Amino acid sequence: MKICVLVKEVPDAAVEKRIDPSTGRMDRSGEKNLNPYDTHAIEAAMQLKEGGALQVDEIVAVTMGPESAVRALHKAVSLGADRSIHLTDAALAGSDVAATGYALAKALEKEQPDVVLLGQQSDDGECYTIGAVVAEHLKAPSLTQVIKLDVVDGGLRCERQAEYGYDTVQVSLPAVISVGDAINEPRYPSLKAIMGAKKKPLETASAADAGIDASLVGGDGSRVQCGEFKAPPAKAAGTIIEDEDTDATVEQIVAWLDERKLI
Amino acid sequence: MPADRLLPDDESAAIVALARDFAAAELAPRAAAAEEAGAFPRELFRELGRLGILGMPYPEELGGGGQSYEVYLQALEELGGAWASVGVGVSVHVMSCYPLATWGSDEQRERWLGELLAGDLLGAYALSEAEAGSDPGAMRARATRVADGYRLDGSKAWVTHGGEADFYTLFARTSKDRARGISCFLVPGDAPGLAAQAPERKMGLTGSTTATVDLDAVALDADRVIGAEGDGLSIALQALDSGRLGIAAVAVGVAQAALDHAVAYARERRTFGKAIIDHQGLGFLLADMAAATACARGVMLDAARRRDRGLPFSQQASIAKLVATDTAMKVTTDAVQVLGGYGYTKEFPVERLMREAKVMQIFEGTNQIQRLVIARHLARGAGR
Ligand SMILES: Cc1cc2nc3c(=O)[nH]c(=O)nc-3n(C[C@H](O)[C@H](O)[C@H](O)COP(=O)(O)OP(=O)(O)OC[C@H]3O[C@@H](n4cnc5c(N)ncnc54)[C@H](O)[C@@H]3O)c2cc1C
Ligand SMILES: Cc1cc2nc3c(=O)[nH]c(=O)nc-3n(C[C@H](O)[C@H](O)[C@H](O)COP(=O)(O)OP(=O)(O)OC[C@H]3O[C@@H](n4cnc5c(N)ncnc54)[C@H](O)[C@@H]3O)c2cc1C
Repeated sequence: MKICVLVKEVPDAAVEKRIDPSTGRMDRSGEKNLNPYDTHAIEAAMQLKEGGALQVDEIVAVTMGPESAVRALHKAVSLGADRSIHLTDAALAGSDVAATGYALAKALEKEQPDVVLLGQQSDDGECYTIGAVVAEHLKAPSLTQVIKLDVVDGGLRCERQAEYGYDTVQVSLPAVISVGDAINEPRYPSLKAIMGAKKKPLETASAADAGIDASLVGGDGSRVQCGEFKAPPAKAAGTIIEDEDTDATVEQIVAWLDERKLI
Repeated sequence: MPADRLLPDDESAAIVALARDFAAAELAPRAAAAEEAGAFPRELFRELGRLGILGMPYPEELGGGGQSYEVYLQALEELGGAWASVGVGVSVHVMSCYPLATWGSDEQRERWLGELLAGDLLGAYALSEAEAGSDPGAMRARATRVADGYRLDGSKAWVTHGGEADFYTLFARTSKDRARGISCFLVPGDAPGLAAQAPERKMGLTGSTTATVDLDAVALDADRVIGAEGDGLSIALQALDSGRLGIAAVAVGVAQAALDHAVAYARERRTFGKAIIDHQGLGFLLADMAAATACARGVMLDAARRRDRGLPFSQQASIAKLVATDTAMKVTTDAVQVLGGYGYTKEFPVERLMREAKVMQIFEGTNQIQRLVIARHLARGAGR
């Protein structure tokens, strides 16, 4: 069977995010890295492969993005993917979530994966939605925020994190699964794996190669038009209670919550 | 902010990023507690070995990682800044492989080098003695020829990883000749008759063991001598040229870490109604720290690039070691100043960095000895 992992290149976590005043968009010029959540998706794929309960023949990393996104693919491959696909085309630039999901789904259609894994959110866009959009186009079940993955009865038994606790869901394949960072501890790529990354096959696909309808992607094909981006307003200073006498402190906290009808 | 580096290509950037990620996730969170407890992190070295970091600057044909010193040293900088004991340990291990990798016969390398570079094993470098530190020609430990090899007797002092190492690259006397009477041996860590004394109780770098290793009639096969008999001192000094670059890298990492902590603190801490970094007197102190750290890195990389191109680099390595370790001492001392009273406490890492910086001016040739090396090059009219 085949697992495809969606990976995205994002600004490095150490880089202070800021809005470029000339474009009104996020400044993406600094150091970039593979989206941290996606390293968990690759690790989940590796654990399925190494676990042996499923016969995983191949792990394929897929990204859509500009030329620089190749580095995210190299990292994905150094973490264990067998090969990678780079969907890149000027026609895709400016795609919104729906258009990106559609484009990725078209690229995946050609691969016919049994499992699609991805991060639950990207560090920059943080939409939490690509998984669902891709699943819709592939007509496959979508599971999000999965933090445990086991092979049961030839399908996958997933635990997903919900506001109220955990859902346990049994899903048959093919399926699209987005993972949270609690699912595993990603390995480090070894020096050898880093140096071997360039030797593994990397396929570059244009929108036409993937059979993408150009009118549904790019800035023009996107129905979301972004207006202005603004930095969030600074938080108002909170109330600080000095803990001199714990009983009194607890009373103050309870009174504060009570005033706001929170308890 | 991590140091902003210009690396040769994406691959080397990925390798330095690996070191940085590993340092941030595995080293930095553990360093303070382990240093306080004097606990040597043997398991972390195994992990670094599995990642290929312990054999990084040796050729791939020999089982190494095939990286240039330019890249290796910058990875080492990241490790050393997060936890100096680990950075020093990696540098010492790499140096302890040097004599075998460079002077060993094909058969010797075939037999031992693979497992040394693969990183499962940890090495030590035993040159100094209690009465022979700056002046290794005064060493007394001796290797006596016996029927089927050598017998080692004496004591080697100050051995980093002493008692923990799986192998010792060890120097001992094979004749009375001061300079030509020293030979280099590869000694297994579990050789009968080899025993480490209790570790030194040090001012800093307490997560790294330093111990005297006693040799009591240690029997060695004849093929355990590296290079020719009598080549030992040249081998030792040549290994130190490269080793000093490793120490320079750790020192630059320590300086960078101190600078990063100081800047982060100075942007938050407020006095007289503004962040202390906005008081010019303190801002200038931080500016000098940043300038000194950048200079030290530049000097270190210049020496590394010379080495990578096969040019002579001994003088530049001594300059790099001298500049980088003096910089680390100055920058860490100033970082304590920036943090005020908190800088002097163990709540913040800068006092530890200051204690760690001190030893770097002492080992692998004190900074007086570096000046001596540089002056000798100048006197010979070599490598201006
Ligand atoms: C030429 C070009 C230029 C682009 N320019 C921009 C831009 O300027 N700004 C911008 O925000 N986006 C840009 N994109 C990417 C695209 O618009 C976003 O990926 C999309 O909006 C998804 O949003 P998200 O990352 O918040 O999704 P989320 O739903 O938060 O992401 C969840 C997961 O989906 C997967 N995923 C998300 N995006 C991709 C992707 N592109 N490829 C593979 N897997 C992915 C990852 O596994 C991720 O962890 C560009 C794409 C191309 C081809
Ligand atoms: C933590 C630690 C780890 C170490 N690890 C190792 C190791 O792994 N392997 C190893 O072999 N050694 C190791 N050493 C030993 C170290 O290299 C020596 O301590 C160092 O070379 C200095 O030698 P010494 O202590 O005998 O000082 P001395 O040589 O006695 O020097 C004392 C002082 O005199 C000065 N001095 C000496 N000669 C001159 C001169 N000609 N001109 C001007 N000044 C001079 C020195 O600079 C110094 O200030 C380690 C030491 C420490 C502290």
